[in-house]
Amino acid sequence: MILAIDSSIGSTVAVVDPATDAVLADCSSDVPRGHAEVIGTLIERALDDAAVSPADITHVAAGMGPGPFTGLRIGIAAARAFAVGRGIPVVPVVSHDAAALEILTRDPDATFVIVTDARRRENAVSAYAGLDSGIPARIAGPELLPNTDDTEAYLAEHLSIARGPDGSGEIVRRSPTSQALGEQPHTTHISAGAIGILAARLLRRGAVPDLEPLYLRAPDAKVPGAVKRVST
Amino acid sequence: MNRDEPLVLGIETSCDETGIGIVRGRTLISNTIASSMDEHARFGGVVPEVAARAHLDALQPAIEQAVAEAGIALSDLDAIAVTSGPGLSGALMVGVGAAKALAISLGTPLYAVNHLVGHIAADIVTPDSEPLEYPTIALLVSGGHTSLLHVRDLTTDVELLGETIDDAAGEAFDKVARILGLPYPGGPQIDRAAADGDPSAIRFPRGLSRASDMAKHRWDFSFSGLKTSVARWVEQNEGSTLPVADVAASFREAVVDVLVTKALDACEERGVPRLLLGGGVIANRRLREVALERAAARGVTVRIPPLSLCTDNGAMIAALASQLISSGRAPSTLGFGADSTLPVTEIQVAERDTVAT
Ligand SMILES: [Zn+2]
Repeated sequence: MILAIDSSIGSTVAVVDPATDAVLADCSSDVPRGHAEVIGTLIERALDDAAVSPADITHVAAGMGPGPFTGLRIGIAAARAFAVGRGIPVVPVVSHDAAALEILTRDPDATFVIVTDARRRENAVSAYAGLDSGIPARIAGPELLPNTDDTEAYLAEHLSIARGPDGSGEIVRRSPTSQALGEQPHTTHISAGAIGILAARLLRRGAVPDLEPLYLRAPDAKVPGAVKRVST
Repeated sequence: MNRDEPLVLGIETSCDETGIGIVRGRTLISNTIASSMDEHARFGGVVPEVAARAHLDALQPAIEQAVAEAGIALSDLDAIAVTSGPGLSGALMVGVGAAKALAISLGTPLYAVNHLVGHIAADIVTPDSEPLEYPTIALLVSGGHTSLLHVRDLTTDVELLGETIDDAAGEAFDKVARILGLPYPGGPQIDRAAADGDPSAIRFPRGLSRASDMAKHRWDFSFSGLKTSVARWVEQNEGSTLPVADVAASFREAVVDVLVTKALDACEERGVPRLLLGGGVIANRRLREVALERAAARGVTVRIPPLSLCTDNGAMIAALASQLISSGRAPSTLGFGADSTLPVTEIQVAERDTVAT
């Protein structure tokens, strides 16, 4: 069984059966704060709902972001610590890929962007074009763009790069997540169930990525200048 | 669970050290510390986001190392302990998230505890030492805190007498080091520079030590004015060669004097002939010397845990939880968070309601 944890937006924990990709439990709290408070209870409840014990868990899938740093880290820390406790591996997953999987499960050929709020008038953006062996084919991102940028143009540009001159004539279809500029809908929920399914598929393909937390932004820190004078 | 000699793993992430410690009852088994201090050096102080990222990177290897050093299996553990506060909230949250998941994966109880009280508990697992006697006055001095406590019982009764109203003492060392053109961290730098200096060369002010301060701030500390007066002195003496050794020694003397004076006054006023020192600034040799000398003159016994237990570490967190377990306390619920300003009176956070039997 895979225990999947993501705290890139809200906090969500799921248990997924890797033999069937069935989501046995999916517990979440969409409050964008309080990740540290809820994470333990969510793990406990997910195990309970799925009627499995920690000993049944063989892998821990961790949503690596992008997401606001403070919250994002809590899920990753929990995933890694649970894995240490059981002596099992962590499977890192790009959180945007989980949101993309939900769209591609309904419409396997869709081309679209996933946009999440990165604060400071920026969005975290990833572009996708269909599925590749059940895993969303991410053709660009995740990266930060000013929230005034046209993500349709971003998608079109990367589609033509990804598909080369022959594919450039292909129609860019509107996806559920792309609308007119200015009212760009943001993905506001990442499903840990989808994180777990992706981990199962990555494991089956033997393609588990080596992935660090996707902060996408350097820490705010200024190297101090000269010592300020205090005398007047 | 073994309540007499519980095997506890403690996780400490309140500032820039990722501390994983393992204790069995009163015995220290391992004390692993991964510090991000070097990453903060060019910023002249701890950068919270840099510290939090470093905790996440260090956590898993530190746990594995601590367990390997202890020669135990994680499944042997009776409990997990973690610092809930006070400290940097983003940094604390990494430890809180990890501790909860680790406890669930192992099926062990979890104890969320107070970092400052943990500093006192460090004394308990100091190798080859007699049990800590109560009551005791405790002076905890680091880059993050400067607190004077009256400890009547480690697990039930800790009173905050006073604390810094501005900079922590360790911060003052860092800031004055910068004024003197010395690198971060300032404590060891000032100590080295002061070695050949005259501590009485310049009379720097002792914060909150005037008669008029006694009503409101009898046991509080302030180091911001001291830092400013060092800066002013340096500016006023520009042009000539700066007597770095004398400035460093005189500054250090002012800090040490006010710390030791207030701590020993507290011992006297409270009728407690015992003083426990803790926190990273205790590494300062002059502070230890002056404390031991003046305490002896006033009939006060001083206890100083080894430096590896004075700086922030996981063993002290495990030691505090071990004492809570032995005294029959129930574990914490899973619902607590990080509390950057957790008061010292909250020794354990979110204790479960015990079911009456
Ligand atoms: Zn400390």
